Parts: sequence; structure tokens; C-alpha cells
Amino acid sequence: MSTENHGHAHAHHDHDEHHRESFITKYIFSQDHKTISRQFLITAVIMAVVAMLMSTLFRLQLAWPEEKFQFINWMLGDRWGKDGIMDPNMYLALVTIHGTIMVFFVLTGGLSGTFSNLLIPYQIGARDMASGFLNMLSYWFFFVSSIIMLYSLFVPDGPASSGWTVYPPLSALPQAMPGSGLGTTLWLVSMTLFVVSALLGGLNYIITVLNLRTKGMTMSRLPLTIWAFLITAILGLLSFPVLVGAVLLLIFDRSMGTSFYLSDIYIGGQALDATGGSPILFQHLFWFLGHPEVYIVILPALGIASEVIAVNSRKPIFGYRAMVGSMLAIGFLSFIVWGHHMFITGMNPFLGSVFVFTTLLIAIPSAVKAFNYITTIWKGNVQYTPAMLFCVGLVSTFITGGVTGIILADSALDIPIHDNYFVVAHFHIVMGLSAILGMLAGVYHWFPKLFLRMMNKKLGYLHFWLTFVSAYGVFFPMHFLGLAGVPRRYYHNTDFPLFDNLIDINEFVTVCAIIGALAQIIFLFNFFYSMFRGDRAPENPWNSNTLEWTNGVGNHHGNWVGPLPVVHRWAYDYSKPGKDQDFVPQTVPLEDGEHDGGHIPH
Amino acid sequence: MNFLLLIVIVLFCVAASQIMKIFEISSAMRGEKQYVITDRDNRLNGRLFFIFLVVFFGFCIWQLFKYKDKLLPVAASEEGVELDWLLNFNFVIISIVFFVTNAFLFYFAYKYHGRTGHKAVYYPENHKLELLWTIIPGIVLAVIIFLGLRTWHSITRDPEGEEYMLVEVYSKQFDWTARYSGDDNTLGFATYKKIAPNNPLGVDSADKASADDFLVNPGGELHIKKGTRVKFVFRSRDVIHSAYFPHFRQQMNTVPGMTTMLHFVPTITTDSMKLITNNPEFDYVLLCNKICGASHYNMQLKVVVDEPAKFDEWYKEAKKKTIFASVPADSKEEDKKPVDPVPASNDTAKTLNSDTAAQKKP
Repeated sequence: MSTENHGHAHAHHDHDEHHRESFITKYIFSQDHKTISRQFLITAVIMAVVAMLMSTLFRLQLAWPEEKFQFINWMLGDRWGKDGIMDPNMYLALVTIHGTIMVFFVLTGGLSGTFSNLLIPYQIGARDMASGFLNMLSYWFFFVSSIIMLYSLFVPDGPASSGWTVYPPLSALPQAMPGSGLGTTLWLVSMTLFVVSALLGGLNYIITVLNLRTKGMTMSRLPLTIWAFLITAILGLLSFPVLVGAVLLLIFDRSMGTSFYLSDIYIGGQALDATGGSPILFQHLFWFLGHPEVYIVILPALGIASEVIAVNSRKPIFGYRAMVGSMLAIGFLSFIVWGHHMFITGMNPFLGSVFVFTTLLIAIPSAVKAFNYITTIWKGNVQYTPAMLFCVGLVSTFITGGVTGIILADSALDIPIHDNYFVVAHFHIVMGLSAILGMLAGVYHWFPKLFLRMMNKKLGYLHFWLTFVSAYGVFFPMHFLGLAGVPRRYYHNTDFPLFDNLIDINEFVTVCAIIGALAQIIFLFNFFYSMFRGDRAPENPWNSNTLEWTNGVGNHHGNWVGPLPVVHRWAYDYSKPGKDQDFVPQTVPLEDGEHDGGHIPH
Repeated sequence: MNFLLLIVIVLFCVAASQIMKIFEISSAMRGEKQYVITDRDNRLNGRLFFIFLVVFFGFCIWQLFKYKDKLLPVAASEEGVELDWLLNFNFVIISIVFFVTNAFLFYFAYKYHGRTGHKAVYYPENHKLELLWTIIPGIVLAVIIFLGLRTWHSITRDPEGEEYMLVEVYSKQFDWTARYSGDDNTLGFATYKKIAPNNPLGVDSADKASADDFLVNPGGELHIKKGTRVKFVFRSRDVIHSAYFPHFRQQMNTVPGMTTMLHFVPTITTDSMKLITNNPEFDYVLLCNKICGASHYNMQLKVVVDEPAKFDEWYKEAKKKTIFASVPADSKEEDKKPVDPVPASNDTAKTLNSDTAAQKKP
């Protein structure tokens, strides 16, 4: 975290001198939501770089399986990368840890942790989170769990390798694969700590939103970002504990001889004692978290998009109530769809059809959201800040990845494409890409609040276009791999006649992946450079209505010098007829006869 | 190589910082803050979105034509044909949504790019519009759900009472073994406790039904008969695998501790498929599609669809090598029966039993 500390050297001229703090309480064990937010962001950026490097490595393997890459040997060592050829176990390990880090550490911890922490107090007009101490603990649990996850990469038998879903018996039996030894133990410990972090954070977000809104900030005036974070936190609070339950039972099975998930197994030349358990039980428990988790990842990104698109289209978000309603509907439905991950596990087909029904229902609120974004841009006066570019990209990937979800949710159609590259394409576009584009949009948009400086616009443009084009280049062709029947998590896609003619698709995908990875260097450079050397941010660089842009420049202890702002209107009065400016901050009182909220004035 | 990579990354950083300096100097010369969005930026990015729209759609369609021949050939089972129809039907719907909404998005992004002096339209809601795009997706989804579930139930139905050939497919790290049920079309009792070097599936020799069971070992050929429904039941020895028959559009997980099943009617023989695909090397294959360990990617079994006559020929030859060929099943059963009481519900064979109850001994 040393970068973090230096990064804030410039913030020493605190306007609010009454509260002196030591270096340690201010920058390391800080209870301030802004610092915690920065800590989450920088940790997540580091984790994202690690996970992205991993994906580049296994993409190399998929495109040029016979090729000897000296630097694979250099990175993985002789055991895992002998002669520059990746070991199949290491391939699976990389796939597993790539998924785990991206889903949990970047898109859950990083996305919610950064922006819920930054924006909830700022946008509702609170001095800080309800409990600064729990908030601090939330970060440090996240930090320790990240360290354990990274450490697991270096244990002799390799990290967990049974896929990010760690299905037993594969993950329960070290005889089945080397990664299921110490590596998986560390994975399970790390995830447990991660859940503790998510719960402490989520609890805090919910309490803060419900109790600490400033005067006038009714629930119906909340910016959609806050609605998204609130719903996300509730989802997390209800679903993450189930993962701990699942993980705990798996730990028992692994080390205490129970058989919750194991039954009738013969491995390594002997029959195991375990009997009566069911591997399917784990899948039910895992996906009870796992599916809401998908929405835990995407909702904050959609929340950020709602805000950024409205601000930069200079228009009110279209259908505020529908947006809140659809998020609530998505949140509710996300709890009763987990079985669509298990259509072909041998689950009763009738049960499957129930999950088809609930899953396809989710398409309706999702479609409403996409249409509303497009209508918000319609007849706007769109300002292309880098954040806005990323949000337009997000809407596109949300649609592109979303429509293939309709195919996968249809249990009959799921039979032939389950677990093949079609699925990989689907969830990377709809969840991975949309969420990461949303997160990057958030970074560009709120960088002035995070680090008090501006990021470079033109590098932002370059970053966006390279990322967006290469990302579609990576994931779109994967649909065709799926329709060609290529299973996921194959170390070679081309080792047998069936898929031999697909090598050119794999090469194309890998080239795009490398370009996409290199493009992130531009972002990293811009990010760290601007942190120290960027232009100083004005109070309200994007002419935005929300409260975080009303507290002057600089970080203030307690966020606002003097009394808290009072809210008089909703957050989306952009280009309101009869106003001089094209924005009316929430703190501006309503005029006589002026209606609040999204009504077309008569 | 490492060195080269390092140089590339360093050069990339240098280039980025140089580009940035140029940007900064040029904006400083124009006397504007580098982060302020100008009309030029808006026009540029708006146009880029339009270009992207064209290139992206072109790319999608180009891929469709380029990769068309690389996709799986025509479905080789009755169920597969039905699924392919459904898949295409769904693809038409989602393609329309995909193209239309993306077109609107990028076109609006281009058309309404910001201009100084221009003011956006204050348009916070329109209930009719919102109702419309809630109801239309609802109706379309209702159709999709109805058609999907109809197919789903017909494919996953239990074919009890219909005519079929029963074959067990057994998975273990990292290969497949098939056990044909023989002339009685009944699989003998099997349990993981009886697994031995000469009995990899743990078949119970005491069960009469196992007398005519015979195996296709890893590396062999799983023969099925064109036009005859085949019902596969699956067991797994160690971890979860997934039996994936891409050409027949069928898949089912194999789970230790329980049995699963699928069934289909193969309609195209291997020989015909060689002609259809214009590939004399073509073979049907059974793949593993659930991560199961290091050699997951290499776990496969060749599948052969024969004309009935050719299949019968193969079958006559294959069934001579029953699992317990050396021991007459009857005598074996006598000395086994009292010694081996069927253990409680925890036995795989028990579940197998219930699954194939109709064909089992009374």
C-alpha cells in the first residue's frame, strides 16, 4: 500500500484542522470512507493486473499449444512451465484463480468496496459511514484474504485448480489433482475471510443508506447509484453466508472425514469410506450464492452507468421509477434462479423447468434497463468524457451478453451448449465486460473525488477504444467456438481432429487479448500518473447534480465544512426547461410551482 | 523473449507518456484544460461510435460466414434436430434484438453527440413507452418459455415402456468405459466396492443380469444403432465428469454416488456423416465437459453409428466377450448371494436399480 501513502502526500493541507491524526490512522488503519475506498480500489487494481496476466498466459497456451515460450518458463518455473510449455495442472490453476480473482476480488470487493464506500456517504450527504471501524475491518479482511489468495499461487502443489466453482469431489480430494491439496485449503480460507469482509461492508452500506441520509434526501430522491449499492449490499448479506456454509462443509469433508458431498468414490486405487453425501448439494449451496453474486457484480456497474449516462447526456435518466423497480425485481429474482446452472446435473427435469421460468423472467427488467439507457441518450447533448464512453460500451455489452443468456436459460438449449465456450462468451460479455467497463467508468468519473486530480482525457479515449474493440474481439468469436462444440477449460482445443480447424479462431482471440492487455498499461499509467501529476480537480468538473460535487475542493474530515447540505430535489434535473444552466444541483430549492422528480413539466 | 517483452512494455509506457505530453502541450496552447470536453472530442467519439457500429456489425456477419463451416455439422439425432430448430428460432429472435438495440444505441451515441449551445430534451419518463417495452419482451419470452419447456420435457422424459437399447457409460479420470446390457437389455448390479483390476466397473457377478453384460474399454468404439433409441445411464468412479455428445446435441453430468441418464435416437451413420461433412476422417466422439483434472481435455471415446445390419454384426462379435465369461453366472450367483447382502441406500447399484427397475429381476 505504499503507493497509496505517497499518493496522498499532497492532501496534507487539510482544511479541517480540528481533527489531527497520525500517519498510521490516517492512511493505513483509516476509518475514513474516502481512504478506505482508495485502499479498495488500489488493491483491486493490483489484483486485476494479476488476473489479467494469468488470462494472457492461458490464452497463449490455447492459441499456440505446441509453442515453447521462454517467458512461460520464466514466470512459472521448471515444475509448471518446463521448457516453456505450460503444465495442464497449471493451466487449470490459472483458469481457476483468474476467475476467482476477477469475480470476487475485482468485481465484488473492488467495485462495491470502492464505489459504495466513496459514494454512499457523499451522495446521501453523510459525514461518514455508520461505523467507520467496521468499515476499516472490512477492508483489512479483504486485504488479508487477497494476500492469502496470492500466496496460494506459490505453494509447491499449486493453487486451487478445480475451477472457480470448486465443485467437489474434485476439490475435496487431493488424490484427484495436486491443486486440491494445500492450494484449495488456502482458497477456502481466503474466501471465508472475503465473505467476512463483504458482510461487514454490506451491513455498513445498508445501515448508512437507511439511517444517515441528509435532510430532504428521501428514498425517492436517491441517485440510482445508491439504489444499486443498497440492493447489492442486501443481496450480498443474504447470499454470502450460504457460501460460508458450503465452504465450511467442504472443509469438514476435506479434513475431518465427513461426507456431506462425497459418496461411493473409488480413487487412487482404493474405495473411500465416504458414503451418503451428494456432490449436487454443494452445487445448490454454491449457486445459491453464485447467482446473486452475478448481480452483486453487475448492479453496481449499472448504478454507475445510470449516473454517468444521465450526467453526460445532460438529460434526466429515463424512467427513474422503472429503473429502481427493475433493480428490485432483478434482486428478488436473482435468488430463485440458481438451478439454471444445474440443468444437466441430473436434477429433476421438472425442477429445471421452474428455474427456466424464473430465469427468463429476469430478462424483462434487464431489457427495461437497457431500453431506458438508450432512451436517456436519445435527444441528449452527449458529452464524451472517458467515463461516458465506457458507459456506452457497457450498455452494448450488457445487451450483447444478455441476449445469449436467453439461450442458456432455456433448459433444452442448455443441454448441448452447457459448459462450452458459448457460456464462456456469454458470461464474460454480460458480467465480466459490462462490470469492468462500469468500474472503469466509475474510476474516470470519480477520480477527481478519489484523488482530487483529473485523469488525462485523451489517454482515456485511447484506453477505451482499444479496450472496447479488443474485448469484443476476444469474446465475440467464442460464441462460434461454443457452437462448434468446444468444451471450456480444455488445455488444448486443438489436440484432436474435431476441433483442429478452429485454431485460427483461437489465435485471433489471443491476439485481441494481448492487445487488450497492453491497452490496460495506458490506463495504469494514466491512473498512477494522474494521481500525482494530473490537473487539480475543480469542485464540479462534470456539472453534475449530486451532492458529492458540492463540498469544495479537497478532502474534508466529515466531508462538508460546516453544516451538511440540504436536498430539495431529485438528482436528475438536467436540461430542465426554464433554467439558465443545463443542470440544477440537488441543493437548489424548488421554485414556486416547480415539480420535483421525473415529471414532464406542464 | 522475456527481454523483448520487457522492452515492448517499457516502450509502451514511454510512448504513452510522450503522447500525453503532446496532448498536454497542444491543449495548453489552445488555452484549455485538458479534461474539459470540447466539441471536437464529442464529434470525434460520436463518429467513432458510428464507425464502430458499422465495423462491429460487419465483423459479426463476416464471422458468421467465415465460421459457418466450422460449426458442428447437422444434428445426428432426432432430439438434436428438434433442438437445432429451437436454437435457430431463438437465434433469430435474439439476433433481431441484438442488431436493433445495438444499432439504436450507437446511432444515438453518434447523432446526439454534444454541441456547444445545444440543449438536451428534458424527457424523464413515458409510461406508455415503458409499458410497451415491458409487455413485448414479456410476450416474446412467454413464447420462448413455452417452446423451450415443451422440448425440454420431451427430451428428458423417462423412456420407460418405449423400446430402447440400454448402455451404461462409466467415467473415471481420464477415460470412458461403456457397458452394454446384453440380450436381456438389463444391466447387472454394480457397486464401487467391487472394483478390482479385472472388474473396473465393480459389476456384481452374483447378479444374473450381469452375465451377458460386456464392456467397451477405453480406447474402444461405442457402437450404437441408427434408428434405435439408445438410453445411456451414467455412473462415475471418482469426480464429476460430463458426458458430452456434441453431434447428437446431448449432454449429462456423471456424478459419483448417483446415476443419471439421457437417451436419443441416432439418425445418421458415421459413414453418412463422413460424406455430409466431406471429411473421410470424421468420427463421432464422446467428450468430457466438466473439469475433472489434468487430462480433462483428453478424455474421450469414439462413438460409431452403424446401419442396423452392420451394428448387429458388430454386436454379435462383441457380446462374446462378456465380463464374467470364464465363470458361469449361475454357479457364481449361488455362492455369492448369502455373502453379499445389498447394503442400504448408500449403494450406487441401488439407485441404478430404481432407475432401471422395470428391467431388473423381480
